Amino acid sequence: MSRRRVLPGLNLSLGITLFYVALIVVLPLGALVFKAASLGPEDYWRIVSSPRALASYRVTVLCALAATAFNLVFGMALAWVLVRYRFPGRRLVDAIVDLPFALPTAVAGIALTTLFAQNGWFGSILAPLGITVAYTPLGIIVAMAFTSLPFVVRTVQPVLEDMDPALEEAAQTLGGSDVSIFMRVILPLLTPALLAGVSLSFARSLGEFGAIIFIAGNQPFSTEITALLTFIRLEEYDYQAAAAIASVLLITAFVMLAVTNVLQARALRYMDRSRT
Amino acid sequence: MKIRLDNVVKTFDTFRAVHGVSLDIGSGELVALLGPSGSGKTTILRMVAGLEFTDGGTIHFGDQDATDIPVRDRGVGFVFQHYALFPHMTVAENVAFGMKVSKVKRSAAEIAARVDELLRLVRLEGLGNRFPNQISGGQRQRVALARALAVDPKVLLLDEPFGALDANVRRDLRRWLREIHEELGITTLFVTHDQEEALDLADRVVILDQGRIVQEGTPEQVCRTPNSAFVMNFLGDANRLPATVSDGKARVGGTELEAAGFANGRANIYLRPRDLDWSATEPGIAATVTRVIDKPDGRRILATTVDGDHVELDVVPETVARVGDSGFVRIHRARVFAEAG
Repeated sequence: MSRRRVLPGLNLSLGITLFYVALIVVLPLGALVFKAASLGPEDYWRIVSSPRALASYRVTVLCALAATAFNLVFGMALAWVLVRYRFPGRRLVDAIVDLPFALPTAVAGIALTTLFAQNGWFGSILAPLGITVAYTPLGIIVAMAFTSLPFVVRTVQPVLEDMDPALEEAAQTLGGSDVSIFMRVILPLLTPALLAGVSLSFARSLGEFGAIIFIAGNQPFSTEITALLTFIRLEEYDYQAAAAIASVLLITAFVMLAVTNVLQARALRYMDRSRT
Repeated sequence: MKIRLDNVVKTFDTFRAVHGVSLDIGSGELVALLGPSGSGKTTILRMVAGLEFTDGGTIHFGDQDATDIPVRDRGVGFVFQHYALFPHMTVAENVAFGMKVSKVKRSAAEIAARVDELLRLVRLEGLGNRFPNQISGGQRQRVALARALAVDPKVLLLDEPFGALDANVRRDLRRWLREIHEELGITTLFVTHDQEEALDLADRVVILDQGRIVQEGTPEQVCRTPNSAFVMNFLGDANRLPATVSDGKARVGGTELEAAGFANGRANIYLRPRDLDWSATEPGIAATVTRVIDKPDGRRILATTVDGDHVELDVVPETVARVGDSGFVRIHRARVFAEAG
C-alpha cells in the first residue's frame, strides 16, 4: 500500500472527496432514515402501506416505467441519429438534448401544462382525438420523460461513437441482415450503456417533483405521485410520515441502481475477464 | 471463382480515388494489391467486397455481374485490418456468426462441428471459449480468417491483414496464410503497402499509384523489369543518378550505360544498393565515403559522387572503407528511366 504514486496528493484528495460525499450525500440520507426509524415498526408499516401511499407508489412506478421505456427507444434513436448522420443543425439538436437538465423543472412543468392543456397547442389537437394529457397519468409520463431524456442519450452516444464501423461491415460480409446485425451485434454492445441510462432515467423519474405537480392534477389515488405525498406530509408538519414515505422511494431507487449495476457487470463480462 | 474488374471508377466527394481500373484475377489465384497510402488499393478491395459502390465500370464474379449485388449476398470473406471481431462474443461465437445469420439453416451440432474444424484449420483448437480481448493480435487475425472462411466464400479479401502485428508474427502468419491458400485453393485478393509482404505471399502483384495500376505481374516480373521509376523506387531502396543520354548511351560520372531507345537529353539512372560495389581503383564513378553502417549480412556504404549526388551501396562485409576514403562506385546493374514529367 505504501507504493509511491506518480500523482501526488492522493491521500488528501481521497480524504476530501470522502468527507464531501459524507457531508452532502450520506448525511441527509442518514437523517431521513433516522427520522423514519424513529417511528416504531408498526407505525412505519401503517404509514408506508396506507392505501393513499400505495396508490401513489403505483402511479409513480408505473408512470416512471412508461417514461423510461419511451426514453429507452427514443433516446437510443436520438443518440443514433446524432452519431451516425451529418445534417444541418446537428450541433444545435445535440445542445438542445441537455436543456431538460438546465431548465428549472417547475418551468418545464408549467410549459408542458400550457402546451397540453385543453386550449394549448398540443392539447387542442389531441382533445378531438379523445386524448387528455394534462391532469392525467399521461401528463405525469410526459413530464417524467421530458426531464429524464438526456440520460439515455448521453450514456449511449459515446459508446456508439466509439463503435468500430468495421464491426457492422464484418457482419454484413458474413451475410447478416440489418435486423440480425442490430440484434446480435449493435444492441449487445450498447446494452451496458443502455442499462446505465435507463436506470438513471428511471431513478430520476421516481424522484421528479417540480415538473410533475403542475401537469399531474394531483388527485389522491389517481394522479398523486409519492414525492408529492411526502411534500403534503411535510406541510402538515408530520415529518416522520414524510420521512417514512420518502424512505420507500429511496430504497426503491437504491435497489434498482444496485440491480442494474450487477446486470451491467454481467453484460460487460467479456471486457474484464483476465487474460490467461 | 474468377474476378474481373472492368474500368472501375470511384470518386469520394471531389476526390477521385480510383481511375478506371481493369483487372483479371484467375480462379484460385493469390493476388496482392500493392501501393502507398492513397493509391486506392483499399477502395478497390472494398468495391470487390461490395462495401463501397462503384461510380463506374463493372465487377464480375465468374460470369455473373456482381456490381450491384449487395455485400451480404455477394459471398465474399473479408478480413479487416483491425480484425473487427465482435468483442462480446467468444472466439467460437465469432466464427459461428456467419452460419447463424445465414439463410441456409444449419443445426447447432452442424455449426459446432464446422467451428471446431475451422479452429483446427487456423490452429486455435481449445481457444473457442475465450473472448477476443483475451487472445493475442496474431490469434485474433486467425479468428478473423476462420470467421470469414466459415461462410464458404467464393472470394477471400484481406485488407492489410498483417499491418497491425509484430514483424515476427507477421512473417509466420504470411507463410501460414500461403499454406492455407494452397490447401483451400480459394481466390484471394489482399491489400498491402509492404512490398516484402506482397512479394513473399502473392502469385501476382498489382502495383497501384494514385488510383491507377502502374504495373502488374509475377513477383519476378515486377522485380526484374520494373516499368517505371515509381515501381523501381516502391519495391525497394534505389539510388537515383541524373545522366545524359546521347546515341543510345547514358553517361554518368564518366561511366557509360546501355540506354537504347531513349531520346537524347536528360534521364535518370536507378541503381539498387546491392548492384553496386566499392573499389579503390577505376573504372567507376568517383566518390567519397560519408558513412559506413555495419549490418549482419554486409556493410552499407553511404557516399557522395563527384557530381554531388548521394549513393548507397550494399557490399560484402570484407570491403574496406572508412569515412573520408575516396574511391569508385562500380555499377553491376542499372535501369534507365526517362525523367518524369
